[in-house]
Amino acid sequence: MKAKLARIAHTRSGDKGDTANVGVIAYRQEDYPILLREVTASRVKEFFGELVEGEVTRYELPNLGALNFLLDQALGGGGTVSLRVDAQGKTLGAALLGLEIELE
Amino acid sequence: MIRIANGQGFWGDWLEAPVRLIDQGPIDYLALDYLAEITMSILQKQKQADPNLGYARDFPPLVGRIAKRLRERNVKVIANAGGVNPTACAQAVLKAAPGLKVAVVLGDDVFGRIDEFRAKHYDLCDNILSANAYIGAFPLAEALTTGADVVIAGRSTDTALALAPMIHRYGWSATDWNKLAAGTIAGHIIECGAQCTGGNCQVDWQNIPNMADIGYPIVEAEPDGTFTVTKHAAAGGRVHSDVVKEQLLYELGDPKNYITPDCVADFTTIHLDDVGPDRVRVSGIRGAPRPPTLKLSISYFAGWKATGTLVYSWPQALEKARAADDIVRRRLTTLGLKFDEIYTEFLGVNACHGPVAHAPADPAEVQLRIGVRGMDKAAVDRFTRELVPLVLNGPPGATGFGDGRPPVREIVAYWSALIPREEIETRIEVFE
Repeated sequence: MKAKLARIAHTRSGDKGDTANVGVIAYRQEDYPILLREVTASRVKEFFGELVEGEVTRYELPNLGALNFLLDQALGGGGTVSLRVDAQGKTLGAALLGLEIELE
Repeated sequence: MIRIANGQGFWGDWLEAPVRLIDQGPIDYLALDYLAEITMSILQKQKQADPNLGYARDFPPLVGRIAKRLRERNVKVIANAGGVNPTACAQAVLKAAPGLKVAVVLGDDVFGRIDEFRAKHYDLCDNILSANAYIGAFPLAEALTTGADVVIAGRSTDTALALAPMIHRYGWSATDWNKLAAGTIAGHIIECGAQCTGGNCQVDWQNIPNMADIGYPIVEAEPDGTFTVTKHAAAGGRVHSDVVKEQLLYELGDPKNYITPDCVADFTTIHLDDVGPDRVRVSGIRGAPRPPTLKLSISYFAGWKATGTLVYSWPQALEKARAADDIVRRRLTTLGLKFDEIYTEFLGVNACHGPVAHAPADPAEVQLRIGVRGMDKAAVDRFTRELVPLVLNGPPGATGFGDGRPPVREIVAYWSALIPREEIETRIEVFE
C-alpha cells in the first residue's frame, strides 16, 4: 500500500552553510525498517530534483528510529548569501513529508 | 541534581522567556545563547563604529530586569552575549545591575591575529570581518569557580553553556568523554530554546498546550551524566520524546561524530524514555576524545544583495507575476547590469518547496519576490528601483509596494577553518 511519508514519520530541517539537513523520525519504532527501505539517499535526491544541486548523504540513528539526510548545495549559497525566502532550509523537512512510500 | 535552563535560542528570541524561567519554578543555571554564525560580524562592525559596543545589546537590560531574583534564588547566568567585546558587555551589565559579580571569558577573538595565521598557512578566506575560535565548556566552568553571578563569553559553543555547570558542579575531568558527551547533547537539546518544548514541532502541533506561554527547556542533570529534559509545570508547551527527537536531529551532521572543543559525541548511543508528563530521561550516551584542533568562526564580506516584492491578485495572478519577472529581467539586461545571481520566487506557489511544491491551479494572489546579488553595489542599488514602477507600467493588479524600494544589504558570509588547539589561550577576568 502506498502512502505519503507523513503517514509514518515527522521531520525537522535546518542548515549548515549551503548544506541543508533533514531529520526523518518514525512515529513508531516498528516503522523504522520502512524508513530504512523506502527513504534512501537516492530517492531523496530524486524527490527534491533541481532544488538540491549536490549530493545527498544518509545517516542512520536506529536508537531514535530516525534518519538524517545532508543535502549539499541545497540552499542557493546558504545563510546570508542565499536569495531564497527559505535560505536556511527550515521548510525542506515539511516538503519531504510528501514523498510517496510503500508501506508493505 | 542541578537544573540548567535555556532562555534564549538566538539573539532576537522571546524576551520574556528568561524572565519566566526564573519566575515559574526552580532553576540553578540560566543559559542564554545569543550567537549565530554571522552575528559576530555584525558585532565586529558595531565595535569598529563604537569601541564600547560589539556585544548582544539585549543582554544587559535583561540582567537588570532579573538581577534581584537571580540573587534571591541563587541562579547563575551563563551567556555568550559578549560577542567581540565581552569586557564592554560586562561593564554594561554592571551598570544595569549594580552589585552583581561578573566573570568574563577572554581569548576567543583572533581578529587581530589573522596575518599571523595567514603566515602559518591556515585555510583562511579573503575580506575577513571577524574571526573567533569556538571555546568549549572548560573555560566557562573555570569562570563559574569565581563565584560570579553572571558569566559572559564571546564565541563559546552553544552546547558549552549547558555543559559548563555540570563540569563545575560535578568535577568532571577533561577526559571523561562519556559524561562530557552527555552534557554536550543536553546542551544541543536545549540550545534552541523552545524547539525542544513544542516550538516548531510537527507532532500533533495543533494540540500543543498553551503555546502562547510556551515554557523554555530545563535539563535536570545528574552526576553520572544522565539527565531529564523538562519544563516548568505552569508553562505551556510539551516535552516528549518525539519533540526531543526533532531537536536532536536539528542541524545535525554525522550523528556518530558531533565534534565540539570538549569531546566528540555519538548521537547513535542516545536512549530516550518518557518517564512522566513533560519529562524525558536521557541516558546511555557515549563520547570520544576531543579533536586536537579548534574551529574558527570567520565572517567575510561577500558582496551586496537586495530582494523586493510585489503582490499580484486574481485573475491570472501567477501569469501576471511571471510576466512582471520577465519584464524586470529584460530591463536589467537593457541597462547592462551584471549580477552573480538573479533569483525569482512566487510566494503562494513555489517559494518554500520549489519544484516539489503543490502549486494551486488558480491562486487568489501571488507575491512576486525577486532578489539579486553581486559585487557591484551600484548595480544592486539600480535594481531596487525597477520593481515599484511596475505598478504603473507592468501587468495589471499589482500592489504591496507600500514600503517603497528595498534596501541594499551587505552580504557577510561565514567561513570556518581549523587551527591547532594550542593557538588559543583563554583567561578569566572578574568585574564587580
